[in-house]
This record gives sequence, C-alpha cells and structure tokens, in this order.
Amino acid sequence: MDKHLIEFKNVFKTFDSDEVLSNINFHINENEFLTLLGPSGCGKSTLLRIIAGFESPTSGNVYFEGNDLSSIAPYERKVNTVFQKYALFPHLDVYDNIAFGLRIKKLDSKEIDAKVKKVLDMVNLSGFEKRTVSSLSGGQQQRIAIARAIVNEPKVLLLDEPLAALDLKLRKGMQLELKNMQRELGITFIYVTHDQEEALTMSDTVVVMKNGTIQQIGKPTDIYNEPVNAYVADFIGESNIISGVMKKDCLVNIMGIDMDCVDTGFDTDENVDVVIRPEDVRISEVDDAMICGVVESVIFKGVHYEMVIVSDDFKWLVHDTAKYDIGKKVSLFVKPFDIHIMKKS
Amino acid sequence: MKKLKIGSFFENIYLFLMFLFLYLPIVILMIFSFNDIKSTSNWSGFSLKWYEQMLSDESLLEAFANTITIGIVASLVSCVIGTAAAIGIQGFKSGKVKGIINAVTNLPMVSSELVMGVSLMMMFLTVKIPLGYFTLLLSHITFCIPYVIVSVLPKLVQLDNGIYEAALDLGAKPFYAFRKVVLPEIKPGIISGMLIAFTLSIDDFVISFFTTGNGVNNLSIYIYSSVRRGVNPMYNALSTLMFVLVAILLFIINKRSSGKGDSPVIIP
Amino acid sequence: MYKKSLSYPHLVWMTLFVVAPMLLIFFYAFTHSDSNGAAGFTLDNFTKFVEPLYIKVMLNSIWIALLSVVFCLLFGYPVAMILANKDRRRASLGKKPGGLLMLFVMPMWMNVMLRLYSWLTILQPDGLLNRFLNLLGLPQVNLMYTYSAVVLGIVYDFIPFMIMPIYSVLIKIDESVIEAAQDLGANKYKVFFKVILPLSMPGVVSGITMVFLPALTSFYISDFFSGGQFMLIGNLIEKNFKNPDLRNFGSAISIILMAFAFLSMHVMKIFNKSNRQMDMF
Repeated sequence: MDKHLIEFKNVFKTFDSDEVLSNINFHINENEFLTLLGPSGCGKSTLLRIIAGFESPTSGNVYFEGNDLSSIAPYERKVNTVFQKYALFPHLDVYDNIAFGLRIKKLDSKEIDAKVKKVLDMVNLSGFEKRTVSSLSGGQQQRIAIARAIVNEPKVLLLDEPLAALDLKLRKGMQLELKNMQRELGITFIYVTHDQEEALTMSDTVVVMKNGTIQQIGKPTDIYNEPVNAYVADFIGESNIISGVMKKDCLVNIMGIDMDCVDTGFDTDENVDVVIRPEDVRISEVDDAMICGVVESVIFKGVHYEMVIVSDDFKWLVHDTAKYDIGKKVSLFVKPFDIHIMKKS
Repeated sequence: MKKLKIGSFFENIYLFLMFLFLYLPIVILMIFSFNDIKSTSNWSGFSLKWYEQMLSDESLLEAFANTITIGIVASLVSCVIGTAAAIGIQGFKSGKVKGIINAVTNLPMVSSELVMGVSLMMMFLTVKIPLGYFTLLLSHITFCIPYVIVSVLPKLVQLDNGIYEAALDLGAKPFYAFRKVVLPEIKPGIISGMLIAFTLSIDDFVISFFTTGNGVNNLSIYIYSSVRRGVNPMYNALSTLMFVLVAILLFIINKRSSGKGDSPVIIP
Repeated sequence: MYKKSLSYPHLVWMTLFVVAPMLLIFFYAFTHSDSNGAAGFTLDNFTKFVEPLYIKVMLNSIWIALLSVVFCLLFGYPVAMILANKDRRRASLGKKPGGLLMLFVMPMWMNVMLRLYSWLTILQPDGLLNRFLNLLGLPQVNLMYTYSAVVLGIVYDFIPFMIMPIYSVLIKIDESVIEAAQDLGANKYKVFFKVILPLSMPGVVSGITMVFLPALTSFYISDFFSGGQFMLIGNLIEKNFKNPDLRNFGSAISIILMAFAFLSMHVMKIFNKSNRQMDMF
C-alpha cells in the first residue's frame, strides 16, 4: 500500500486577482519520483513553493503526513529545495554551503565533517570542500546545490527545474544520476520541469498542468499512450490532432472518412478530438488507402525522417524510417489501436 | 602606430595639466601651512607654528569636534534608516507606489541644496525648534539617508532572492537567514553608503549654513566666516589635515569596492 | 524578507524633513505676514520679483551658470574620454581600472570651503599669481572681485561632477561598437562624432544637470570671490532668508528658482529622450 505523504485538498492560489492555481487535488506517495510538468506559467513552480512554504494557498489545505502545513514555517518543514538558479551562498565556500543546514541543527563538527564528506562523495565532488562557489562550473554548482539539500536528510526533495541551465549532454547525464540518487536515498522527489522528455525519463508519476489546473496524473507510459485530452497529447509529444465526429462506439469520422477505433463511451455524433502520433501513421505508395496526400517536406532526424503530408488541407506529421520524395503521392494508414479519441477541450 | 603614440602623448600632457589645475592650489595650500611667517604667498621658512596655533584655537577645535561628531552620528543614523528603507522599498511591488517613494527619496539629491537648506530652516523656525547642534544633526541625517539608500539598493537588486529562501529552506529562522546570508552580500553597499554619508556630512556647507544657529559652528561655517576677514596660514594647516583625512577615507572606500570587483562608489 | 514596514521610518523622516519644509516654502511664498503674525494669501512676493533689478540678477546668474557649465564640459569631457579610453584598454588586457579617475574626483570630497580658500591665496592681489607674473616681468592682473574669479571658482568646484557621469557612460561603451564603426570606414573623427559623442550624451546631460543647478545657486562662491559685491540669485535668496521680514519674498524666489530648475531639466530630458538616468526627475 502506498502511503500518502503530501495531500493537496481544494487548493486555490491567486496573485493580484490572477488565479495561478485552481482547485488542486492530488496526493504524493512516499518514495515516489513525481514530476510536475507544464509550460511556464502553468502554476507548477507555485505548487512547489507552497510545499516548501514560500507561498501559502489562498484557500484549501495541504497536508504533510496528515498534518496541515499552513501553520508550519518554511524553516520547520521536513523538505529541502534545489533551486533553479542553485541559490548557493556566494560568500561561503563549498563546505560551508553544505554545512549550513547542519550547523543550524547544531550538530557537532565531527558529525558535520562526516556528513559533508559523504554527500560530496555522492555527488562526485570529493575534495572540493575549500573551493569558492564562483570557481565552480554550472554542473558542479548544480551538484553542490543538490548536496546542500540532501545532506539534511529531508523526507522530500523539491527540485525546481534544476537542470534547465545545463547543456543538453550534461542534462542527460544528470537525469540518470538524479533517478539513481532518488532510489539510493529512498526519499520522495518532487520535480518541476517544462521538458516532457525529462519528465517521462525520470518519473514514477507525472502530473501534467495547464493554466493552474491538473490535466492528468499518471505513469509516464499511461500519459504518453493514453493522454486524456488533446492538450496533454500535444504537450507530451508531437501529435496530429484532428477534429472528428463519433458515429458510434468504435467508429469515428475524420475528414469525411469513417475509421475504426477502440474507444467507447461517447455520445452519438459527439464532436471529439482525434489524436494520432506521427510514428503511428504508416505510409504506403499504393493508392488504395482511406487517406491520400502529397509529401510537402522531408527532414532527416537521425533515426527517422519527419515528413509533412498534405491531405485535404490537413498537414499530417509523419515519422517513418523510409524516405518519400517531395511532391510524391502517398496513402496513409492508421491502426484502430493507434487512434486516440478525446473529449473536446 | 606612431600617430597613436603622439595622440596618447598629448592625452597625457592634457591630463597632467588638468591634474595641476585641480591639485596645484591644494599643494600650495599645504606647503604654506608650514610657513613660519603669517603669509600664504611669501615663503620664509619651515615651522609648525600654525598647527600649534590651530590646536590652541578653541572655536576652531569646537567646530572641528562638531563636524566630526555630527558626521559620525549622522552617518550611523542614516545608515540604519537607509538600509532598512532600501530593504523595505524592495517589498513594494506596485510600480506606481515605488515611483512615488523613489521620487521622495531622490528629492534631496535633485533639489538644490540651497532650497533644502532654507526650507529646513523655515520649518525649524515655524515649529520653534531653536537652531543649533540638534537642528544641524537632523538636517545632516536628512540629506545623508538618500545616499545610503542609493548605495544599498543596487546590492539588493543584484542579490539572488533564492539565497534567502534557500537559507529558510535549510532550516534558518528569518533573522538568522538575514544575518548569515543577506547581510554579508549587501554589507559592501552599507559600508560604502555610510562612508559616503560621513564624507558628505563633513563636507557640507550650504545646508549647515541655514540650519545652525546660536553660535554652533561646523568647520565649513567656521572657515566661511573667518576667511572673509583675511587669509591666515592656520587655515592652510587645517586644510592639510582635512585633506589627509578625506584622502584616507576615500582610499578605504575605493579599496573596499574595487576589491569586490565593483566600480568604486565615489559619485555623490 | 522585504517587509514594507522597514521603509516607514525613512518615509516618515522624508515627509517631516523634506516634503513638509518644501510645502512650507510654498505656503510662505503665497502669503504675507504682518506684524500680528497673521497670514493672508497674496501674489505680491512674485510680482515683486518682476522688477528690472531682480530680473537682471536672475539673468546674470543664469549667464554665469551657463558659462561655468560650458567650461566644465569643455575641459571635463576630454578628461573623461581619455580616462575611459585608458581604462577600457586596461580592461581589454584583463586589468582593473587604474586609479586615475579617483585622483580626478578626489578634490570634490575635500571641504568645499577649503577648496575655495586655496584659490583665494592664489588670486588675491598680493597672492601667488601676481608674484609669479611679477617674476616674469608681466603686468599684474586683478582677478579677485571679478566674474571671472567666480566662474573659475565654480568650474574648480564642480568639474568633477562633469567628469564622473561622462566617464561612467563612456566606460560602458562596447569596444566592438567602435570597431564596427571603423570596420564600416569611419576615421578617428567620424568615430568620435558619429558614435562616441552620441552614445555619451546621457552622461553629458546628467553632467550638465549636476553642474548647472549648483552653479546657479552657489551663493558662497560669489560671496567668497567678490567679497559680497555681486548679487546672484543664490545670494538674493540667502540675504532674504537671513532677514526675518523678507522670508516670504525669499520663499517666492526659491520657488521661481525651483520651477526654473525643473523646467530646464525637463527641457534636457526632452532633448535627450533616451537617457534613463533622467527618470528620477
């Protein structure tokens, strides 16, 4: 059984009459790697800051291990944060930065020494104790920021877009390290990002947000394969989103063509969004398919070709390992299983 | 290349001449402070008698003491009020309110010293506070505060807000976080502000002229009223002393700010 | 951390000692006080100013202040430019700015009275200047008690205020902008007139405002070098305030002066729209 560590109940947050969080209800389990995913301004950072205690909800409650958080000051909470721009103390060296929280807890210096050493080891920066913060590279500062937070052995580590300032290669490496670190420490990570790939790679649970509301909560595979609406589908990966009409269970009409699908439970003649992933569209040169189009552009993407195929004014985005020349007439197929029907949002 | 060298040769000559223009009067002044006759233009021989006379001139010493004590108290008080204000001003989010506060803060710096001096005098007279040491002190604090704010604010703007939150996040109480994390970052601004306030206070003439009374003098006023009676090498001795004092202060200010890699805070 | 209440002592202080006194000046300027101490509204203090005598004082002061500004700019700009060039060259070699600027602005921190006093010992009839001229067999000059001496005093007093802001704008000019101009075929003079000078205008404007207003009101300088003979607008205000019966008139002159100052700053602001430093006015 999963234990609810943090629980949001009917949380609203407004800044100067702007609603940034609207009726947030969800929970976070112990030892979970949870990612808050959404574009900038969707309220994900505010949510994190509420957990950290830098903001408080306008209404609603947040519970931590069953206790209401509202009366607990940021410095009394069992959470630590890795800040987006690291927020290392520029006047202190690496050792003093990491020891900052431990000194507040008045641990004796031997214990502090041991803990700092252990945590520096963990982030692969042993021997950096006396270095000044400004002499470190971005990636090293990032590790120190993580070390400074986890040395306090928090129940929850909050990470606010911690990898945003790093270059692509470093970011990939850190994603794996963070995931391993979370397993090793056995604590909850709450991770904020706008990068869907990062979210899918690392998380146990992804919370997709838009304009202060939660769109979908689920495992990465569920979010990717079964997005609940066109927004999530589009945000999680490139998609073809087409308006359609539901004829009956398992039959949808797109662009005047009836197509088999696997979705049920919609009203007859209900307007829906139909989402089809580019890699789920098959191309054939035979002229016998439901959808015919003309190749408009081809871009080589390494593993596959990304093509735009125009059919009845709709531009299909298609990924295929085979290349079709511009101007060529082709047919498109989609398997019923790969057609995702969503309520109009 | 040759042309460039000639250019920079003329440049250096020009700088040197301007340097002479600025410093020659001061150097001459200093030299004649050691003259052994009562002349500021006719050198006779070396002596320290004008320094001795300066040290036995009671009204001068009193003016000097007033200048220094007012300088110290005004810079300390304006430092506290100004630093607190700079932090508080950062808390105002609305641009309009911030604009008004900035306008009020800048008012003493942009309005003429003369107008500030006479308006303060009128106010003290209206509310019947007798002009003297106390009104002099109040006035000095008034014109010092904005300079402290101006010197602390940029440090607060540069400050990464995250570090205060990071300290709270790591378990520091607000005051501890301020003391251990924020204060070290803005300290150079506070100290520069205080030193600027001190130098401004000991330099001021116009505002002091209108806001003092009952025979309370500071150095500027003392010199203003005595020099009109004629030159005296004793004032040369005083100038020499003041110049050395200010030079030391400025050296400290400059050392502090250049050590941190900032541009020196010397513009008043 | 940024508790608004921390700024309240400052705001209260400024209200009491800056805003209230200014309002008081307005009050006095528009009232007359009779022997009973009662006050009534009047515009007499302003109409009194519109007299050839006072207008002449005003025009005289503006003329002297303008002359001083021009001299400060003429002599100060090259200093600022040479220093900025030197420091930029140092910066491109990775060195810190030299201490030269410090030397040029240091005199402005020395007590203003002592600075003026130093010139007094040089300019007075039997002072060093005349002794020097004597030595060369040249005729004596009497600069004391002339407008030239007053302008000299003002320039000496305020030239650092011109050098500082121009320097701080020049030092920020990106070297690559100058290189780009050269690359596009501009010679030394074109670079200066087409690139450096326009870019340094914000500094020039704030330099002018920093010199002009104090120059206009520095009653002590004309007092010092004219022995109280010359009446400039600053002296007029000072004289009127030192006499309890004339303070209403003094207030009116102060307001006229302030209005003039704000107006001229506003003109400068329009003249130099791009200047952000002027926003504080």
